[in-house]
Amino acid sequence: MKSTRIGWLFASPALIVLGLFFGVPVLAAFGLSFTDFDLYALADLRNLRFAGVNNYTDLLQTPLFWKSLANTFYFVGVGVPLSIAVSLGAALLLHAPAARAKGLFRTALFAPVVTTVVAVAVIWKYLFHTSYGLVNWALAHLGVAPVDWFGDAHWAMPAIILFAVWKNFGYNMVILLAGLQGIPQDLYEAARIDGASRWRQFLHITLPMLGPVLMVVGVITISGYFQLFAEPYVMTQGEPLQSTVSVLYFMFDEGFKWWNLGRASAVAFLLFAIILGATALLLRFGRKRDLL
Amino acid sequence: MTRAIGESRMHALIINAALVLLALIALAPLLWMLSASFMPVGAASHLPPPLLPARATLDNYRELFARIGIGHYFINSLIVACAITMLSLLVNTMAGYAFAKLPFRGRERIFAVLLAALVIPAQVTMLPLFLIMKQLHLVNSYGGVVVPALATVFGIFLVRQYARSIPDELIEAARIDGAGELRIFFQIVMPMLKPVLVTLAIFTFLGAWNDFMWPLIVLTDTSHYTLPVALASLSREHIQDVEMMMAGAVITVLPVLTLFLVLQRYYIQGLLLGSVKT
Repeated sequence: MKSTRIGWLFASPALIVLGLFFGVPVLAAFGLSFTDFDLYALADLRNLRFAGVNNYTDLLQTPLFWKSLANTFYFVGVGVPLSIAVSLGAALLLHAPAARAKGLFRTALFAPVVTTVVAVAVIWKYLFHTSYGLVNWALAHLGVAPVDWFGDAHWAMPAIILFAVWKNFGYNMVILLAGLQGIPQDLYEAARIDGASRWRQFLHITLPMLGPVLMVVGVITISGYFQLFAEPYVMTQGEPLQSTVSVLYFMFDEGFKWWNLGRASAVAFLLFAIILGATALLLRFGRKRDLL
Repeated sequence: MTRAIGESRMHALIINAALVLLALIALAPLLWMLSASFMPVGAASHLPPPLLPARATLDNYRELFARIGIGHYFINSLIVACAITMLSLLVNTMAGYAFAKLPFRGRERIFAVLLAALVIPAQVTMLPLFLIMKQLHLVNSYGGVVVPALATVFGIFLVRQYARSIPDELIEAARIDGAGELRIFFQIVMPMLKPVLVTLAIFTFLGAWNDFMWPLIVLTDTSHYTLPVALASLSREHIQDVEMMMAGAVITVLPVLTLFLVLQRYYIQGLLLGSVKT
């Protein structure tokens, strides 16, 4: 009896904070998304009206919302596989017995992860500069003509994707590296005796054994990439031709530029539903393939 | 035999060359930032892009501190990140310990709800949270950034996993000796949790220092801007001042990068622990 009270006492500060500043806002956001909460309601709550599903149906008729959705899916659809592929490649390199100075390389490859996204986005904005940027300078050495990264609507999102991969690949690399280290060595020895090539060993031992870890990495990365915001905010401000407006960028503008908090809440919930849907799809795929 | 050795040597060479190339790509932007921050105004915008300053200068840093007042933003960031780290460490550790070692009614169900809540992105809460902060008069104050960050499910989860390995007999013995619950917590439990507390502290500090979207929303006036918010706003005003912006990026990134380098063992451990369950 006494220990029950003590348990509550110890847990209560955290539970109060989480309840008040996470639980309540989540429910309130759901409620807000069915109201016309705007600048007038912000000034005087008596101006608040119940709006039913109007916010949701309005959004579906807003071209910029669809555009932001398409942009975000582009970012996730290309960025997530690319990001995980680079992470896996880096983890395999670090795991190779022939690799030297592993600790040093791991630290170097991980460093971008701990940097401040705003600060490194500012750096990359200049690295992508059409005439003076190091990216185009390096590409010129490979015989590629200068790309107008942030002036051309076709190239702005790829630039942001490249930046995101650079910034994030170290995170998954560390998780995948731990996964690789957990694969029993005798599996490879048996395969080597059977004369299996390195590529076949990768395909038939490494990949299946990494399945569950890849699922975890996939879920984390997908939900993270759907929350794209700081990169376009700093690098492109949604331009050119709104080609880098993400869903969250759209939500931020709706909510905190135009103060349409009701509409913005509807955007937030649609994004949440999309993330849940994408995660569920991935998990179903994993279960079918016995990866979980 | 010699062919096999030659082949494996080739293989080792390729692997290490690839690692060097990858490390170069990872570090080059950071090294260029550092180098450009010492270049005189306008020097970075030349063809071919200079890799090193022809004449190193501290002018950009001087300008940032004297005219832009970046020292002020640095202090803001430091205050916010330190407050979040210290307070949330206490709050999360108490809760994590309770969920591991102090049975109370509904404990398992509450914990399950907390874990389920992990799927909800924080951005869903931001619009109503802003209204709540307005009611509490915390908009445009340190409190507006600190208060919502005082407890995290991740922190509670991390501490709970670790605290479960504390032997019950140890806590029981202390109780029989007449030690109060607070004393048990501070003098027995906390010291035993030290490794996980270091991990959580560095995670929290880095997260708080680097956080952007919520501070951008709740800090409506430059006086309380943290470094990332200030840097984002400066970069819109000073698009042409490459060298000065790089100095600003150095000031923003250097503290977290240094902290990571010193404590990276703990950081990587926490990352692995956290990804196992989420």
